[in-house]
Amino acid sequence: MVDEFDLTPNQLDAMREIGNVGAGNAATALSQVLNKKIDMNVPKVSIIPIEDVPDLVGGPDALIVAVFLRVYGKAPGNILFLMPKENAFYMVDDLMGRPHGTTQELGEMEVSALKEVGNILTGSYLNSFFHFTNISMIPSIPSLAMDMAGAILNIVLVQLGQMGDHAMVIETKFLAEDDSVNGHFFLVPDPGSLGTLVKAVGVE
Amino acid sequence: MAALIKVGMADYKVGRNPDTLISYGLGSCIGVSLYDPIKKVGGLLHIMLPDSTQARASDNPAKFADTGIPLMINDVVALGATKARLVAKLAGGAQMFAFSNASDIMKVGNRNAETCKQILRRNGIKIVAEDTGGNYGRTVSIDLATGSYKVKTIDRGEKNI
Repeated sequence: MVDEFDLTPNQLDAMREIGNVGAGNAATALSQVLNKKIDMNVPKVSIIPIEDVPDLVGGPDALIVAVFLRVYGKAPGNILFLMPKENAFYMVDDLMGRPHGTTQELGEMEVSALKEVGNILTGSYLNSFFHFTNISMIPSIPSLAMDMAGAILNIVLVQLGQMGDHAMVIETKFLAEDDSVNGHFFLVPDPGSLGTLVKAVGVE
Repeated sequence: MAALIKVGMADYKVGRNPDTLISYGLGSCIGVSLYDPIKKVGGLLHIMLPDSTQARASDNPAKFADTGIPLMINDVVALGATKARLVAKLAGGAQMFAFSNASDIMKVGNRNAETCKQILRRNGIKIVAEDTGGNYGRTVSIDLATGSYKVKTIDRGEKNI
């Protein structure tokens, strides 16, 4: 079996660059929604053993809020936007125009607000993939959960686990100075999608 | 001194009194524990998927219920347990995200639980306790001094089963 994670350095670079442009779009959109400056890091493209993925977000029992979207199309995959609980609550306060510390639990309004942020990030992120690859990637409606990181990541890892023992993740961190944003944005292509994307970019 | 031994995803560990085996953050995964109450030895397995025959290449049998459980039984017996005396407990198998058109993969927690029970029964091992399903994560641990299986959640407290 051909190892589909066997990317050349140039191909890895290409994926990173597309992720970078996508994340830039997403950060701009988020900054407009929240009306504040958002910093982001250069995306990391990593290929890691599946069981190590929860460590990227503080370990399998870290309490996080996650917005999950499935991506459909020729290059299907999963998108997760993960935030520590406190930061997610601050973000809700900002979205609702309330002082930080107001949100104590996630009711219907709060959940809906965070899902919408997930939608906005995903839309602007995937735009860049369409731009570079001409492959349209259509996101599902978002779903939200607040629970242990390991438990939440199961949903992505199980799908990858059927095909192999490694996961490729394109990860970006978004940060705001006042802690209202501290999120990890993950695109985890399904097995096979990576090959499709790389081929569409045309980089050897 | 009693040690706390961590069991990662798609992994299993065996041990004896007074150690505790623990696995963090199970969603659709299942934590299967085995225990021999006389010899006070046992094991904990953290599986991700039910069936290795439906999956493509993997060199990790602990990822699947059908290959992981027999492997752990062998190791627990090698530590001195008597197979006929082993009792099993399981927890996990949640569906973390609700989708109206949930695909099979979203419901894998359910299949995980069913397959674990089938494999255990096929091996003649009695299932004495179970805490599966729901839409929340669990951290599980087995105390090899007593065989008590602790299930910890974020919003639903913790219990011993």
